[in-house]
Amino acid sequence: MPRYLLSVYGPAERNRFGDYPSKEEMLQAFADTGVFNEKLERDGHFVFADGLEPAGTATTVDGRGERPVVTDGPYLETKEHLGGFWVIEAADLDEALALAAEGSKACRGKVEVRPFHTRESIAAMLEA
Amino acid sequence: MTASPVDVAIARAHQDEWARVVASLARRFGDLDVAEDAAAEAFAVAVERWRRDGVPANPGGWLTTTATRRAVDRLRRESHRDARQEAARMLSERGPEGPTGPVEDDRLRLIFVCCHPALAMEARVALTLRLLGGLTVAEIARAFLVQETTLAQRITRAKAKIRAAHVPFRVPSPSDVRERLDGVLAVVYLIFNEGYLSGTGDTALRTDLCDEAIRLARLLHALLPGDGEVAGLLALLLLTDARRAARVAPTGELVRLDEQDRDLWRRDLIAEGHALVRERIAAVAAGGEPPGRYQLLAAIGAVHTHAASARDTDWSQVVVLYDRLARLDPSPIVRLNRAVALAEVDGPASGLAEVDRLAADLDGYHPFHAARADLLARLDRAADARAAYERAIALTANPAERAHLTRRRDLVAGP
Repeated sequence: MPRYLLSVYGPAERNRFGDYPSKEEMLQAFADTGVFNEKLERDGHFVFADGLEPAGTATTVDGRGERPVVTDGPYLETKEHLGGFWVIEAADLDEALALAAEGSKACRGKVEVRPFHTRESIAAMLEA
Repeated sequence: MTASPVDVAIARAHQDEWARVVASLARRFGDLDVAEDAAAEAFAVAVERWRRDGVPANPGGWLTTTATRRAVDRLRRESHRDARQEAARMLSERGPEGPTGPVEDDRLRLIFVCCHPALAMEARVALTLRLLGGLTVAEIARAFLVQETTLAQRITRAKAKIRAAHVPFRVPSPSDVRERLDGVLAVVYLIFNEGYLSGTGDTALRTDLCDEAIRLARLLHALLPGDGEVAGLLALLLLTDARRAARVAPTGELVRLDEQDRDLWRRDLIAEGHALVRERIAAVAAGGEPPGRYQLLAAIGAVHTHAASARDTDWSQVVVLYDRLARLDPSPIVRLNRAVALAEVDGPASGLAEVDRLAADLDGYHPFHAARADLLARLDRAADARAAYERAIALTANPAERAHLTRRRDLVAGP
């Protein structure tokens, strides 16, 4: 079954309650997301999901040279960063989009849906 | 030079069978590239073979068989055949919910793929014209005034996304089909308007876009005969297209509805459009769903085309219909059209009062200034009318409309 990455982006700087306006709303979003995750597991879509610490806690490593070069901060310099994500299995894009809409409602954020490579797509790439 | 009977048969087969061949191969092989290329090859072979051996008894069957063989040959040559065929099988047979929607025609599935909301609007239009309409990349590029390479890339990217993201080759589930169908209708309406409204580009190609949009609407109506909005869109396009010949004067100037020579209107298209509108009115009266946007627009078109002259138009009916449309779509453009109709019922002063309320929203929209100018002229406010025509002329690049507006401005008596 095709796999999709559902990414949730948010501002680089978070306030006291993550990106949420209040503690109550943060807790409610967590609870709703938990319910959504349980549904994903129950229906056989769940592969992995989690939220991330703020982008400021990221470290970028370049191991291509002789010695790894370690830099403080995220790879991309942008105002919005990946804040959390799901990896799901879905029959097709329509199902993935429907699940993303539910996830977006639960976590109160926009969700980007992106397909993973498949055996066939890699084979096609090798052939081209 | 007159076309030979074989060439006529090929052109006809292209009109009737192209979408069917592409759609059946797309389902069978699960790959739009394979389907499109094999269909194009089959038609190229037909040109050569039919000229030599004559037209087969069943052109559609011949084309599908030939295209299928070409597709199989291509997949055999490719090393990852097994994986692709596996993907194809999944695409065609998947779906625990089983058959969805009223009719499971492959062409209907293909329409929903081409008009998928995950694709950009311009990609939906290009894919629909290529895969369902059978227009060539060069024809579509010329109609939309874009480089051929740009358009080819747009189609290639869209097909790559459909493949990689696993856009399903099926009619959406009953819970989604209404919304997705509205998206399909929007693509068809956009294709029509591109042909009908835009004043730039090759006239013949623009006419092709209108014809193609009507063909797509007819196909949708044949596949979904019970859907009111599909019937409404088809009726709207027919009733609009019927007036095409009267809409532009031999001088190239745009002719407003009230000044059109109604003898130039296509009576056959009007009769067909009126019949569809009557069917929908009866269906709604029998307890069907209330009419949506396209049915209301078609009903307005029916009122206009029913009248022997602009003076005979049942304007109060037009106002009522725009009122209903405004409830579904309270956009300033709908309110502008309503105001213009209202001026015919309650007089130009009432119309102008309504129009002026839209100034903040529509200041950059040339029909707003044109409508305002007409009303001001009728109220003998010559200087204001001329200024409003000037605004409208400055805001449109369309030469036919500029000519029309310039003439109307010059008709307003000086101070």
